[in-house]
Amino acid sequence: MINTSKRSAALLEVDGLSVTYGLMGASSRAIENVSFALGAGEAVGLVGESGSGKTTTAMAIAGLLSPNARVSSGEVRYRGNVLPIDDDAAMRPHRWSETSVVFQGAMNALNPVHRIITQIAEPCMLKLGMPRGEASARARELLELVGIPADRGTAYPHELSGGMRQRVMIAMALACRPSIVIGDEPTTALDVITQAQILKLLGKLRSQLRLALILITHDLSVVAEACDRVLIMYSGRIVEEGTVAEIFAQPKHPYTRLLIDSIPNPANGKKMIRPIPGDPPNLMNRPSSGCAFHPRCPSVMAVCPTEVPSIDQFGQERVACHLYRSSQEDRGASHA
Amino acid sequence: MNGGGTSRHIGRILIRAIVTLLMVAILNFILFRVIPGDPAKLLLGGGRVSATAEQIEAQRQNWGLDRPLLPDQLVDYLSATVRGDLGYSFKFRGRHVADLILERLPATIVLVAVAQLIAIVVGVMLGMYAGWRRGGALDNGGTVASLLLFSTPSFWVGMILVVVFSTKFGWLPGYGAYSPGGTISSIDSILDHLRHLALPVTALALGLIGQYVLVARAAMSDVVTEDYMVTARAKGLTNRQMLMRHAFRNAMLPVVTLIALNLGYAVAGAITVEAVFAWPGIGGLTVEALNARDYPVLQGVFLLLGASIVVSNMTADLAYGLLDPRVR
Repeated sequence: MINTSKRSAALLEVDGLSVTYGLMGASSRAIENVSFALGAGEAVGLVGESGSGKTTTAMAIAGLLSPNARVSSGEVRYRGNVLPIDDDAAMRPHRWSETSVVFQGAMNALNPVHRIITQIAEPCMLKLGMPRGEASARARELLELVGIPADRGTAYPHELSGGMRQRVMIAMALACRPSIVIGDEPTTALDVITQAQILKLLGKLRSQLRLALILITHDLSVVAEACDRVLIMYSGRIVEEGTVAEIFAQPKHPYTRLLIDSIPNPANGKKMIRPIPGDPPNLMNRPSSGCAFHPRCPSVMAVCPTEVPSIDQFGQERVACHLYRSSQEDRGASHA
Repeated sequence: MNGGGTSRHIGRILIRAIVTLLMVAILNFILFRVIPGDPAKLLLGGGRVSATAEQIEAQRQNWGLDRPLLPDQLVDYLSATVRGDLGYSFKFRGRHVADLILERLPATIVLVAVAQLIAIVVGVMLGMYAGWRRGGALDNGGTVASLLLFSTPSFWVGMILVVVFSTKFGWLPGYGAYSPGGTISSIDSILDHLRHLALPVTALALGLIGQYVLVARAAMSDVVTEDYMVTARAKGLTNRQMLMRHAFRNAMLPVVTLIALNLGYAVAGAITVEAVFAWPGIGGLTVEALNARDYPVLQGVFLLLGASIVVSNMTADLAYGLLDPRVR
């Protein structure tokens, strides 16, 4: 709504998207008025605590919302065309061919009873219509691409380490040559060294295959390493968006500031983790009015509990916070 | 892929089965030695006829009962069992227990095999479907019906079937495996046998269907929530492809265990139903032997029951290994 028109060349545009979940008769908003754009080959990090709506946002883009989810407003456009994200059957041709997902392969995302080569070849056969032999050859190629010897293809998931399984997951995601890959916490549950290797691999593949990457994570260091841009989500809304460099150097939203401050950095004497006071709101107990962060915000003002801040543009950045409201109004005329 | 691991896995299963069989045989031996009653006296009329002490002693020597239980009698028993000699029946004088069992076994196997086959096909399909569409009409209705079927004793179902279909309407025979009066032609005899099978098979199958529906439904509804099903959906698979390629095989794991274990009770499980329908199988033989205190026959039947359970467990382990690479 705000800046999508500017980026008409965008690969993916999320425009005012709100998704609600029905829970035992009641319904709750998982995400509200989420808008952003993704260019071809661009890497965007989606950062937030559990329940912040980052996964819902990503699953909506992939057309993988659960049956009790409802798109209450907004839309997602892919190459300018509106995606039928709330129609399971209509989304099927889009899935994996255009947008694929790297789930946490270290967990149970691979089917335990099938050989990994079969699982990688499966979308080639079913989506691209390749004959079995050709699909196997493609699967072997993909394994080599992610750094697994093709001979290991006959292994079952449980015979591989967590890092190897994550590589298999990545190989699988590339099977149908998608233009967008969504990484759903792809390095969580891996040790730091493996984590770094996986991020390096993703970066390499991204430039090699010109992939756009959406990285869902709660780990800002992952974003710093792998992304161009970052979206900070809190309680179902985007609170700040900017380039990685800007966000880390000059975080604007108090939440982002506290988030970056909470990272221990032994280099400048910050050895302790500094937690943000208070608890993140969950789906059912969000503040009923105003900015969702106001109960925990150190810079809270009188307006905060009553009015939801709109998300406003500041150069390359967007922030949703009353602190910046006056300055926005000052620049409002020139910006519009 | 690693053939060494797989053959070692199979070897382990086989050795375990053989050891268990040996234990079953030894327990079976001990069980019938601690039961009160002197077999020599039983042979000589079971107390109803007074036998002299010399006669009893002669019998004891004749059957080796004067020798020590351990190891002589046990070794005798085990070696005879291995040779297929299960001794002589008390009731049917002079007849080998092994012959009696082999005579009755086919009727039981036919009854149980047909009932199991029907129950597996119907029960697993319904259960898988209910689990796949959890919360649907078939799931809600089917689960209640299955619970009811599973918890109703099959002999009671059998009696109701006899009362309704045999006594009241006279549609189907409710007694025996063949009509009296001998066979006319082979085709007629087969049809006659099938008509006799109908009610006992139904009585047995209904309870089994309930059991298979419940287990298959639980297994499938667990699988549906697994992460790899989300992956399959993300891959753009149709519901049918997700079901057939990813869900079914994983959901079959607990079902296969149940099938194999049920086959172990193939011989014993039909005892009450056989009694209701006077079915000439192992169940009938067991009841007759119990009434006549025919210990050798009971000992033989028990050994058969134990052995079939051990063998079916072994089959379950082997089948599981085929379906699930993680246990190989």
